[in-house]
Amino acid sequence: MSAKAEIEIIEKYCKGCSICVEFCPTKVLEMGAFVVEVANADACIACNQCELRCPDFAIKVHKL
Amino acid sequence: MAYDYEKSIRPGKLPHIWCPGCGHGIVMKGLIRAMDTCELDRDNTAVVSGIGCASRLPGYLDTCTLHTAHGRAAAFATGIKMAKPDMNVIVVGGDGDGTAIGGNHFIHACRRNIDMTYVIMNNSIYGMTGGQFSPCTPTGAKASTTVYGNPDPTFDISKLAIGAGATFVARGTAYHAVQIDKLIAEGIRHKGLAVIEILDDCPTTYGRRNKFRSVIDMMKRLKETAVPVTAAAKMTEEQLEGKVLTGVLYNTEKPEYTEQYAKLIKRAQGA
Repeated sequence: MSAKAEIEIIEKYCKGCSICVEFCPTKVLEMGAFVVEVANADACIACNQCELRCPDFAIKVHKL
Repeated sequence: MAYDYEKSIRPGKLPHIWCPGCGHGIVMKGLIRAMDTCELDRDNTAVVSGIGCASRLPGYLDTCTLHTAHGRAAAFATGIKMAKPDMNVIVVGGDGDGTAIGGNHFIHACRRNIDMTYVIMNNSIYGMTGGQFSPCTPTGAKASTTVYGNPDPTFDISKLAIGAGATFVARGTAYHAVQIDKLIAEGIRHKGLAVIEILDDCPTTYGRRNKFRSVIDMMKRLKETAVPVTAAAKMTEEQLEGKVLTGVLYNTEKPEYTEQYAKLIKRAQGA
């Protein structure tokens, strides 16, 4: 499956709350040591839920 | 392209001060989207707040903003609207600021039905000052000033607003992020006082005292307790036990205050 969007993480804004990781329907994101990381980019369905729920303006979903 | 929030935020202001997992950031994004939907001219929009975590919000927005005394946001906002009736006035604040310290200003803004939008972020606690209980802290919940559990019954902000005379009342949650901007946009377009209550989470001062072990636990609570008003109509009272209704709860039309006041001035001047 190919990715429907490219996810950009702005690391300096991310506080590692992990809301995006928990509520991603296809488990694209994973928690790193301090900030979130894109672990499974191909699974992204461009639903935009991570961007909408990120309280810290740290995720941008660029639809392909 | 991803949504451009940066154009509405003052340069260099991010990252914001809110704690990891605090829903206020989600509400701020919703507010920005709502202002874009309604195509509000940023130079003709005032975002007013009192004191508290939620009241830090205007500091980030690139609109006209006013950060006022604790609880007094609605009073200052009323002043702005009376002086400049054409200005879009949005009040933001928390549950403690809006319903305890500013409870009086809140109910009277509702009663006057002045054309403003009041976005109230209800996280059930006074977060900034150290987790004291607010009128919206659930009965039995622990706060720094109710260590044995809160003995007080709680305010239902939406019912309070309806009872006090607000003409548009809606409720959403920080979890249901898609809905936030739609509710706020509807409130902005409404002529009269619109109250948008957003149920929010405070993992730092509420969650960890009340057995919500993580941000996710708090978000799941919002997800599980919210029931859309349309779905609630088909549910029994037992099924609705412990749930909160979300969506547009009340929408009616009544004379708007600044218009009535303008008429009064004309009448007094003998026109």
